[in-house]
Parts: sequence; structure tokens; C-alpha cells
Amino acid sequence: MTTITDILQTMDYGPAPEDSAIVRDWLKRHEAGFGHFIDGGFTAAGETFEVTNPASGEVIARVSQGSDADVDAAVKAARAAQPGWAGLSGHDRARHLYALARHIQQHARFLAVLETLDNGKPIRESRDIDVPLVVRHFYHHAGWAEIMADEFPGAAAHGVCGQVIPWNFPLLMLAWKIAPALAAGNTVVLKPAEYTPLTALALAEIAREAGLPKGVLNIVTGDGATGAAITGHPGVNKVAFTGSTEVGRLIRRQIAGSGKALTLELGGKSPFIVFADADLDAAVEGVVDSIWFNQGQVCCAGSRILVAEAVAPRFTELLKRRMATLITGNPLEKSTDIGAIVHPVQLERITALVEQGRAEGSEIHQGTAPAGCFYPATLVTGVEPASILSTEEIFGPVVTLTPFRTPEDAVALANNSRYGLAASVWSENVNLALDVAAKVKAGVVWINAANLFDAGAAFGGTRESGFGREGARAGMAAYLTHPTPRAKRPEAIPAALDATPVQGLPATAVDRTAKLYIGGKQARPDSGYSYAVAGPQGSVGLAPLGNRKDIRNAVEAAHAAKGWGAQTGHNRAQVLYYLAENLSARASEFEERLRSFGQSDSVARAEVETSIRRIFWYAAQSDKFDGAVQSTKSAHVTLAMNEPLGVMGILCPSAQPLLGFVSLVLPAIAMGNRVVAVPSQGHPLAATDLYQVLETSDLPGGVVNIVTGERDVLAKTLAEHDDVDALWYFGTAAGGQAVEAASAGNLKQTWTEDGAARDWTGPEGQGRLFLTRATQVKTIWVPYGE
Amino acid sequence: MTVETATAAPAAPQAGAQAGAQAGANDHRNPGQPLDIAMFEGHAVNRSAAERRTASLGARRSVKKQWQAAWLVNAIRCIDLTTLAGDDTAERVRRLCAKARQPLAPQIVEGLGLGAMRLTTGAVCVYPTMVGHAVKALRGAGIPVASVATGFPAGLMPLNLRLEEIRYAVAEGAEEIDIVITREHVLTGNWHALYDEVAAMREACGEAHLKAILGTGDLQTLRNVYSASMVAMQAGADFIKTSTGKEGVNATLPVSLVMVRALRDYRDATGHRIGFKPAGGMKSAKDALNWQFLMREEMGLDWLKPDLFRLGASSMLGDIERQLEHHVTGRYAASSRHALA
Repeated sequence: MTTITDILQTMDYGPAPEDSAIVRDWLKRHEAGFGHFIDGGFTAAGETFEVTNPASGEVIARVSQGSDADVDAAVKAARAAQPGWAGLSGHDRARHLYALARHIQQHARFLAVLETLDNGKPIRESRDIDVPLVVRHFYHHAGWAEIMADEFPGAAAHGVCGQVIPWNFPLLMLAWKIAPALAAGNTVVLKPAEYTPLTALALAEIAREAGLPKGVLNIVTGDGATGAAITGHPGVNKVAFTGSTEVGRLIRRQIAGSGKALTLELGGKSPFIVFADADLDAAVEGVVDSIWFNQGQVCCAGSRILVAEAVAPRFTELLKRRMATLITGNPLEKSTDIGAIVHPVQLERITALVEQGRAEGSEIHQGTAPAGCFYPATLVTGVEPASILSTEEIFGPVVTLTPFRTPEDAVALANNSRYGLAASVWSENVNLALDVAAKVKAGVVWINAANLFDAGAAFGGTRESGFGREGARAGMAAYLTHPTPRAKRPEAIPAALDATPVQGLPATAVDRTAKLYIGGKQARPDSGYSYAVAGPQGSVGLAPLGNRKDIRNAVEAAHAAKGWGAQTGHNRAQVLYYLAENLSARASEFEERLRSFGQSDSVARAEVETSIRRIFWYAAQSDKFDGAVQSTKSAHVTLAMNEPLGVMGILCPSAQPLLGFVSLVLPAIAMGNRVVAVPSQGHPLAATDLYQVLETSDLPGGVVNIVTGERDVLAKTLAEHDDVDALWYFGTAAGGQAVEAASAGNLKQTWTEDGAARDWTGPEGQGRLFLTRATQVKTIWVPYGE
Repeated sequence: MTVETATAAPAAPQAGAQAGAQAGANDHRNPGQPLDIAMFEGHAVNRSAAERRTASLGARRSVKKQWQAAWLVNAIRCIDLTTLAGDDTAERVRRLCAKARQPLAPQIVEGLGLGAMRLTTGAVCVYPTMVGHAVKALRGAGIPVASVATGFPAGLMPLNLRLEEIRYAVAEGAEEIDIVITREHVLTGNWHALYDEVAAMREACGEAHLKAILGTGDLQTLRNVYSASMVAMQAGADFIKTSTGKEGVNATLPVSLVMVRALRDYRDATGHRIGFKPAGGMKSAKDALNWQFLMREEMGLDWLKPDLFRLGASSMLGDIERQLEHHVTGRYAASSRHALA
């Protein structure tokens, strides 16, 4: 036995194991295998697979591999329960969520110990971070259930949510998924990760204990095939997935055209930017909280340190010293900093990537780790931007360090990534920190902090880190839908384009050529072809036949106009009001154009008049669609900023060629986006007439680009374009499906709808919905205190 | 543990022979250096980050069973057992010194298997007029007497009187002098005045070690704490100490973290090792552990020894004694069964 005298020499911490007896008893009771939790009860275990404790390799449970029939039964149960659940008052749902929060709190240590056994994360983290955040999430959403009718008037639940979650925060991701879903009145079929299904099953028992009505929450365990069966199930209305970008892409393609709502929270390679005036010790500790938190298996982990050259040597020295004090080992030990990697497969992947980096010439600095499924804290220096360690999400305790020279350099390096989940910015200069926070491509920015989470702060990414938000108002909105308009007759496939010379064009005094409008200049189509625009009796004009190169040019022009989003809302409003003024001055010309397509006098007049009003409405919104300061932790300003999406493709519906165009392009540009718009395929001339108005209204070149031609062909180019951030498609069902499937390439946000569904003349044609769709929330955490 | 004869090898301490902070270890004393404002001006200290670090510190490390007992015993040997009250008397000081000589009841010491070790506190700390009583009471115990001085606690006395007070305390037999800095110099950024004052005090101390009390509760900002720490070290302080115990806010973990990082930076820059003494407001055995975790994590093993680490406390020892008795007997203890300090 180690004596006190011995210990006084070494001052070791010694063993301080968390007792896992109660949880082990529970596992023993379930030794025969867990079934699924469907319709309020557990099924008998079916075909099972082993669940292991990664720290020891021992098998701790067997869970069932969910079959298509299991998934079907779960979706049926959820479907059956949904009307009743949604039919409860918000208050009654709030009581259920409150009860769930209370019962989770009462089983807090049980869940923490189970999570650590199953996942390998240190008990300190499961006990002090994961489980408290879970409880907070349920309380927060009990509140949303209570006030939903007041706060989201007219909104309704989607129906049944199919949710698939990862293994890095098994219980926390479950909470992030089911709390808002249930609060909104959805019912749920959730699949926990294959490696870590146990806390979800324990939570199912707790839900039963807390009296959650049967069928409201269903848990089906299994592998990727089970997940695919859930997301692909026709009875599911909304799919939410957290996991790898690769699987996110598969899901995007799988459910393209299904009409299912989708939110994706995917991978990341988040920058961790340390400026010369930062508190370097604080930043070092921030690295510990980033990449050495949860074994680095964190999608938003700051895995790329960018540090000002001036302080890089000192920072590196401090970081190495700190790395040396980290304790890697048994996750049930209370003094463990870094626990076990979730599974040997992941350990192999991390090891292989680091060895590849070493072979590429990067310098690898490592702490120590015991034998087994453990990986030491690792710092990589001398790493090139093209190195596999710079670009690939490692999902382990491995961080790269790259010096930068200037803030501009730092932002360029930060954004040199396909991902856009989070960023951490370290500087004592509030001007610099907020400037960089605004410029980094990320859904979440922590200033002088890292990995702060709260149910009251929206979390989610951009670019290939996915879309949609979890937490706060934006997260709640993702589980609600507004009644979507439906057409009696869906939009027909537009007539094939005729690019040959036509007969009988109406005579004009001087011939007028409609062109494309790209980068503020009128441009002839790359193809050199024009197509006939039909009127009620024969052709009424020619429109340029745009092709993929025109789209390429338009997207480049749109990117070049990046100053638009940085302008004040007031400035954008001035331009838009001026646009309305100039359109008004030429109203009769536009009415004439619409009449040439066969519209009556009054209909043409109304369309122009409504267009002018609509421009006013969005001009008015330019400086009023505000973000919020979210209520999170004390002494933290947590900003929710509505940021433009970036460069958007907008494919306009066939009908109402002026108003349809205005109704979609205006909200986009009012929020600061730049647009590549494809106007009504059949009647594009109302839109091409408009570019002269745009030009005279001081709209900067490149903010609106117009490419006429075959909508679905151009839509495909836009949907596949990796430098387009979002796509709105109003057309046919087949076209919408193609757009959604093609958008999987860079995981751009899409909004697809039947082009004939919406009445553009009425309230459906404008509103905050369009602004919400044209923006995404960037959450900026600013802790304060001197 | 503090031994009667200090060795001069604090960097490589041997069992039972750690260097005390007594006079005699002067080979390793910080000689100070000229004032160098660049070492602290503009040094960033982010309060919320410091608070986050210290908030998780106590949860990141845990000691149980004999390890917990050992860490608590170690805390005892780092305690500057203190009485600084207006009603201090010779008898009161004698009682305190008795506790310093025998901080734990004999049956607890035996139960811990420490019978062979002469466990004492790191020092006793008293007012200058009490130094003589303490020296007498501690004769032969090998426990140094520390005296506060320089117009403790506010320090707002003419400098010549403050220096005279140091000389008085040293003459009375104090081996350590806990001086207070003039907080005004920090609040007005008058670093030269602060440097000159502490340097003069160091000179007045002679062989006695100087602990510079910063009065961090008065300094308010952590940047001030860092700057004041650095100036005190540059002026030759052997220890930097948080508080008098009389400010509105005394030792806190965030303040301690910043001071410890300052002394680390000073060590990195100059090679000289400075001790750290949090004081005031620490009452529990858990506090004793948390502050030791801080030292171990930020500075390493050497700063868990009394030549580089002291806990300025009085009631903390009582809680430690109860925890240790519980470790020995398995029964929760009552302080009425333990000797008063």
C-alpha cells in the first residue's frame, strides 16, 4: 500500500475512480440484450450487436439491429401519437418536458456514468458538461412549448421527425434533437449511434418513468442501414442529422424531392485564431477546452490554431507545457483529462492521419497515453495548408498550428476550408475581435472562449458543416413549419425552347436586344443563341439563351460584389427605394411588356403596382430584420446575427414574370445576399427590362445577375456549383428534386417549391419567411469582465 | 515539513530535508532586477478565461483516501498559521505557536503513519509586537516567525516609519516579513514609486525573506494584479502574496492564477524562483486542495513545498484536522476534540 509518506514525496493525485456499480447492475439486468423503444415500451431484443466500453474493450451490452420492420413500427407509432401530442396545449407539452428535465436531473449521475462507460469520455465531462447541458436543454424547451403559440403564431409541427445522432455526445445530441421536436408538437423516431446507444435507451426508460405519452418518443438502435431506413421512411416529415459530412450528403441525396424538411449538423475544421494582444495563457486553456475536450471528437473543435507570428514561439512553448500536464487514461478516473477514443476504428483513423502528416513532413508533438484505445494530446507544427492534417477533419485530439502575419492573413487562412462550423478568436481588442468574428465563415464564433454551449444560443454551421440551427429561437423554428401553399395544378414543365429564327415578331421603332445582366453589365450569351419568347399569338421577342458559362460568370460577378452584404441596412434600403421609384416611373412600359405576354390591363397594372409595393416592403426590412442578444450565461453577451447566406441562385416561377422575380430577388438582396437569378423561362423579358432600372438605381454591379434560358439546365449548374451558398427553386417537382440532389455537393441550402403553388399577389408572396430563408444566424459569444 | 536546518537545495529536495524559507537559503534568493516595465505593460489578462480555468480546476483533479490525506498533510506544512487581530496577546500567540508545533492531535499523526515526521506548519504569522512572543514560543521548533509590517494592512504610513517597522520586526527575530505595497502606486500606474518602495523594504529586510502583499482586492483588475506582481518581483520580493485578509475580497483562485503565471513568467525571463502565498478567506480543506492543484498544475511539484508555497490561513487548519481524523477513524470528527489554534 502506498503510504502517506510516499505520497508526500511524489504528490501524485492517486486513484479516484467514479463508482460504476449501480450502472453495471443495470447493464447486468439487461444482459439478454436491449430491444427498441417503440410506442411506449421495449420490444424484445432481435438480432443484436455488441456495445463495448472503449476504455477496456469489454462488452457491456448487446443492442438490437433495427430492421426496416422495426423502423416502420416506430414511424407508425410516432404517426399515431402525433396528432394527439400536437393537439395538447403548449402548457401540457411543457409539463411533460419539464417532467423529463426533472427526471433526467434525478438520474444525472446514472446517465453520466453510463455515458462514460459507453463513450469513453472522462467522467468530469459527462458529469459537469454533458448532463447539465442536457437538463438545461429540456428546461429551455419546456419553456418553448409553453409559449409556442404566442411566439410562433400560425406555426405548426412538421409531424414525425426522423433523427439520427452521432457518438461523440450521445445524450446531449439526443437532447438537442428531441427537446425542440417534442416542444413543437412533433413526435420522434431517433436512432442513436451504433457505438453509443446506451444513454438513449436509458433515457427511454426515464421518459417512461416521467410519463411521456406512448409513441411520442421512439428509439430504434442499429447501424447506418437503420438510420437510412428512418431518414428514407415516407412517414417521416422532417429529418435531422448530426454526423459526418459524408453521411449528410447521402441523406441530402436520399430525400431529395421528398418534401421532407432537413437540417444537417456536420463536420468542421474550425479555426482557433490567436492575435498578438491575446491573453496567451487564456488561449492555451482555450485549446485544452477545444481540441483536448472529448478526445477532440467534437465537430466544432478548434482544430486549426492560427497564431500571430509575433507571439507564436511563446504561445507554442506555453501550449507544449500545458499539453504535458494533461492526463490521458481511464475515463472513470476523476482526474482524467482525456479519456478513450470511442472505438478502435476511430483510433486507427486518427493514427493513420497523423502518420500521413508526419510522412508529409509535419512535426508531431505528443503527450503520453496508455496502451489501449487511447490517443495522446497532439500538436502539429510546420504543417502546410495542403497537408492532410490541415484539410481533413481528424476527429481526435490533434491540433495544427500555423503562424499568420496580419488580421487579413488570419481571416484568409481561417476561411480556407470547405467547412464553416465554428471559430474561436482571441484578442483583447474588441474592434479586432468583432471584425474577425464578422468575417469568418462560421455559424458560431467564440471570442476569448471556446466550446461554450447553451440551449439559449443557436448552434449550427454553414458551408459543408451543414445548415439549420439548434438551440434558441432559430433552433425551435427548425422544428416548426408554416402552412405551405399548394397548387391545384402544379407547375407544368415549360415548353421546350426554340432557338431558331422566328416569324412575325411585333415591329418596334428601333430594334431592342434583351441581354444577360452580369456584374452590372449587359452581356451577350456565351452560346450566341437566342430563343423565342411566346405571347398569346406567336412570338413577342427574343431572349438570350444562357448556358453554364454564363452561370459561371454570373457567380464570379456575384462573389466580386461582396461589399453589398457589408453595407448598412440603411444604404441597401436607399438603393431599393430608388429602385421602386425608377420602376414606378417606367410602370407603363412594364405593364405593356406584361400585356404582350397576354395579361389583361388590370392584371398587368396590378402586377407592376404590387412589385413596386413589394420592393418598398423589403427596402423597409433592410435595416429592421434584426438579430438578438440571447439569454445564456451571466457575463456573456451572446449575439444572434442574421447574416446573408452569400451568393444565391434563384430560379423563378413561370407565372407572373415580374412579380415572381421581384418577390424572390428582393428579400435576398435586402438581406445582403448577391443573386444569380434565372427569370421565368417562358417570359424572361420583364426581368431583362428590369436591368435598366437596376442600373439607374445605383445597385452595385454583381448584386443581381440575370441569366435567361432553360431553367432546369441552369438550375443544375447552379445547384452543382461549389461556390454558390444557397438555391431557391420555384418550378416543377422533378426540377426541385434534381436541385436538392445536386446541392449535396457543397451542401448548399435549398428552398424548393412548386412554382405554381404560391399566390405572389397576396400575403403568401411576401413576409418574414422570405427573410428568414435569406439569412442564417451567426452566434457570437462575447464573455466580458475586467 | 519544515526542518530546523534549511538546506540550500530547493531545486532537488530530499526526503525530510526540504529547504525552509528561513534565512540561510539566501543563495537562491531572488536578487531582483532593474524595473522593466516592458515585462508587464500591455500584458493581457482575460478575467472570464481566468475564471473558467479556476472554476474547472477543482473538478479536473481529485484526490481520495491516503492521497487526500497526504495532500492535506502537505497543506499543513505550507500553512503560515496566522493571527492578526487587534486583541492579540502574548498568550494568544503562545497558543497559536503550540498549534504550529503540533498541528494535529498525536493520535491522528500516528494514524496517518507520520510519527517519524516532525510535522509543523510552515510558519506562524503575527504582528511585529508579537514577534518576540512567537520567537520565544517556537524556540527549538524550527518554525520561522513571519511578521507583517509596513503599516499593515493599509500601508499608508510614511516610508521611513514602515522601513523602521521592518527593521524592528527583524530585530525581534522575524525571519520573514510580509510587507504591504502602497496600492495607490498601482492604481495610479506609478511603477517607479512602487519599485523603489519594495526595493527599499527588501533592503530593510536584510536576511529575512520578503513577502509582498499586493492587496489584490484593492487592485481590482487582474491586469493590475499581474503588473504589481511583476514590479514586486523585479524589486526583489521572495514571495508574492495576495491579500492582507482585511480587504473586501481576499485570496481567490482567479487572482492566484494570475499571480502564479506572473511568477512563472518572471522565472522564464530571469531564472529566479519566486514563492506564492494566497492569504485570507481560505477556510476549508477543499480550499487547501484547490490551491495545491493550482500550484501543481501551473507550476509543478516544487511549488508544493513551503519554500515556494504558503497558505496564509488560520481556521483552515481546523477543517484539515477534522478531515484527517475522519481519514484515520472513518468517523466524522468534532473540532471540540482538537486543540484550538
